[in-house]
Amino acid sequence: MIRTQEYNLNFGPQHPSTHGVFRIVLTLDGERVVKAEPICGYLHRGVEKLAEARTYTQVIPYTDRLDYLAAMLQNWGYVMAVEKLMQVEVPERAEYMRVICGELSRLASHLIAIGTYSLDIGAFTGFLLAFRERETTMDLLEELTGSRMTLSYARIGGVADDAPEGWLDKVDKFMDQMPACIDEYDGLITGNEIFQARTMQIGVLKPETAINYSISGPSLRGSGVDYDLRKAKPYSVYDRFDFEVPLGTNGDCFDRFDCRMKEMRQIVRIVKQAIEQIREIDGPVRGKVPKVIKPPAGDAYAEIETSKGIIGYYVVSDGSPKPYRVHVRRPSFINLGYLDEMLRGYLVADVVAILGSLDIMLGEVDC
Amino acid sequence: MENLFVGIADGLRSSLGGLPPELGEAIVMLVKLVAILVFILVNALWLVYMERKVAGYMQARIGPNRVGPKGLLQTTCDIGKLICKEIIIHKDTDKVVFMLAPVLVFVPTLMVFAVIPFGKNMAAIDMNIGLLYLLAIASTSTIIFWMAGWASNNKYSLIGSMRSVAQMVSYELPMVLAILGVIMITGSLNMSDIIAAQEHTWFIFTQPIAFLIFFIASVSECNRAPFDLIEGESELVNGFNTEYGGMAFAMFYLAEYANMLVCCAMVTILFLGGWHAPFGLDFIPSWLWFFIKMYIVMFVIMQLRWTYPRIRVDQLMGFGWKVLVPLSLANIFVTGIGMYIYRAIGW
Amino acid sequence: MIEKATALVEELSKKFDYVEVNEQSTVIIPADKLLEFMQALRDDYGMDFLTNETAADYPSENKFEVIYNISSIEKGFTIMVKTSVDRDNPELPSVFPIWGGANWQEREIYDLMGIVFTGHPNLVRILMPYDYEGHPLRKDFQWKGGRE
Repeated sequence: MIRTQEYNLNFGPQHPSTHGVFRIVLTLDGERVVKAEPICGYLHRGVEKLAEARTYTQVIPYTDRLDYLAAMLQNWGYVMAVEKLMQVEVPERAEYMRVICGELSRLASHLIAIGTYSLDIGAFTGFLLAFRERETTMDLLEELTGSRMTLSYARIGGVADDAPEGWLDKVDKFMDQMPACIDEYDGLITGNEIFQARTMQIGVLKPETAINYSISGPSLRGSGVDYDLRKAKPYSVYDRFDFEVPLGTNGDCFDRFDCRMKEMRQIVRIVKQAIEQIREIDGPVRGKVPKVIKPPAGDAYAEIETSKGIIGYYVVSDGSPKPYRVHVRRPSFINLGYLDEMLRGYLVADVVAILGSLDIMLGEVDC
Repeated sequence: MENLFVGIADGLRSSLGGLPPELGEAIVMLVKLVAILVFILVNALWLVYMERKVAGYMQARIGPNRVGPKGLLQTTCDIGKLICKEIIIHKDTDKVVFMLAPVLVFVPTLMVFAVIPFGKNMAAIDMNIGLLYLLAIASTSTIIFWMAGWASNNKYSLIGSMRSVAQMVSYELPMVLAILGVIMITGSLNMSDIIAAQEHTWFIFTQPIAFLIFFIASVSECNRAPFDLIEGESELVNGFNTEYGGMAFAMFYLAEYANMLVCCAMVTILFLGGWHAPFGLDFIPSWLWFFIKMYIVMFVIMQLRWTYPRIRVDQLMGFGWKVLVPLSLANIFVTGIGMYIYRAIGW
Repeated sequence: MIEKATALVEELSKKFDYVEVNEQSTVIIPADKLLEFMQALRDDYGMDFLTNETAADYPSENKFEVIYNISSIEKGFTIMVKTSVDRDNPELPSVFPIWGGANWQEREIYDLMGIVFTGHPNLVRILMPYDYEGHPLRKDFQWKGGRE
């Protein structure tokens, strides 16, 4: 007698396409997903607990390790929350340095996102081409901060140091080259017939659902929801730049990917404007901050837009030099909340495509 | 130069003149087969290197360049390392089948090479039904992939080998139907006859559709990207050979390149005029022409792999059954009509 | 943006008599009115995006504070809503039926802080192992190993 049977497939934690140590227990009917149970926590280090035993400044390097591909943006979110708590003014030049470093971080993160996504779909060349430009970005960041990935560049009340001599020119020159490179990725990956067949109408996320499930970043904008914190409620000096927020229409994997692709072009625009404007501004890059940081008792929540979505820091102070409670709203973590429903009914190969299109970072998911 | 290998065979035969003719012929045959074996293995090794170099240059990097001159000994060292490694057989495998699969994986490929004419009078065995033999033997490799996937007792391997069976069955069909056009024109299944028929016009010009179908199907047959679904390292973690390590894995790996060699040889024989020299460039020996053409096809296949993403399993099936099969049937129909008209005109 | 948020908070404090507002414009509501208030917030005031949900432990006051940061996509501002729950009996209704985004965030709070959300469809540990005992983010959690 022949009968069909559903079976479980353990997808991860050691699997090349989960982008780290993420695990999904798939219930399959043939190759079709019936149910998916995402399991995370393999990289849980207890950053929130560790932060309670460190001083405010010592927490900054921990935030690097959340989304280590865009470390500056993580630092930035944290120092913004503490600054809000302490009511510190950040000097203008420091704000611009944060924008330039932050946008370069975002570029590095997006390059990885599109590179690994093309690898997930099966094109290895896109991956290495993206790494070529990422290498330049890393070199620039290293020259600025002394570190390639874990930057720890932001400080409470400013940034660690001013740009070295000639650095801004180098960034400017790199930004001139970047659009041609993005065209190259577009030609190799975005325009590819097979790539489009693999990603279009796959993992469709409706705008209502995306909002309801608190999905943020390019994953939300891929569904056509115009919500980018840089535009919706401009923080820092983002209201001084002229840029667009790329939106998708269908909310499928391709739109999410394409949003990142187009966002890279906007990064180029922002950085070029920032460099133009920072040349006019002189002054310190650190605000007036006491040596020992002791914010008054109270709490503050600050959020910024990172490459993955909205990162929010909730910091509670009890008046001592150590934070009483730090909570991180991690975009990757919350974006995964809808994964089960999203995967149902698709094939195993689509699981990889959908998971990759959400662009998660396991350091951030597991915190 | 032209008759280098034929001359060697003749020399060998005459030096064995003292022996009874049956025995002498057997020894010559043995030498021929060993020569082919060495040829395939050396080629497979060298193709891995070529693949990595091509990939390197396509991906803005250099590729292997440390071991030996220009990195030429890289794969040799890799294989050396793999030979030294322990082959891990986990406790739930079907041990006999598990170990048999990597041993058998080279068999169909090697058997196929017996009938391939590498140059003028250079087929080890000039068989009457060479093409039929080749297709029949080549398709048995499905069983070996299936054996490997099944015996591994791993769900990823199982899915991979299920895909391999489905894929090979559905691409075998358009492949054979595409060849039919060629066979209708030549009226022979003998490879040497097919090559001889292309002395003036290669079949790529008279049968372009068949060429395309055959090329796509044969890329799929040797599981190369964009049809490398049965491996699919980003979804199935290498599919049927997930559980293999050491030399057992290397056998699968090398067999892939040997299979590519067969496919390229087939494309060359059926559509690119085999060992015929184009533009009257006769001073280059025929066997060299054969290799040049083969490696050009190989290069194209490698470029495909490093350019295209992988297609999905349902798209693969859809493409095979809904596009390639009807197209190849139409090709047969058109070829038949064309031949009838040609004959009516009296060419 | 800040003005808009403050205006909304003031409006809320007039409409609902149980709402308290502190000097940072944080809305403080009692736990038993949570669901009713949140439902109204989403349906009547267009606060459709639950940005952040977290909790903090205050053993000296014997309470957990649960913090909700709720945004409006359209209007682009965020308000903070707080509620307290007894430390000895930490039970709170889940806001999952209102905002799906609470799904994993509430699981995380349950895992690390030990607050039980009634009505949550799948309230199991998410970051720590399933058989783990204790809730690490509580202030009385005992370190094992580590630097101290």
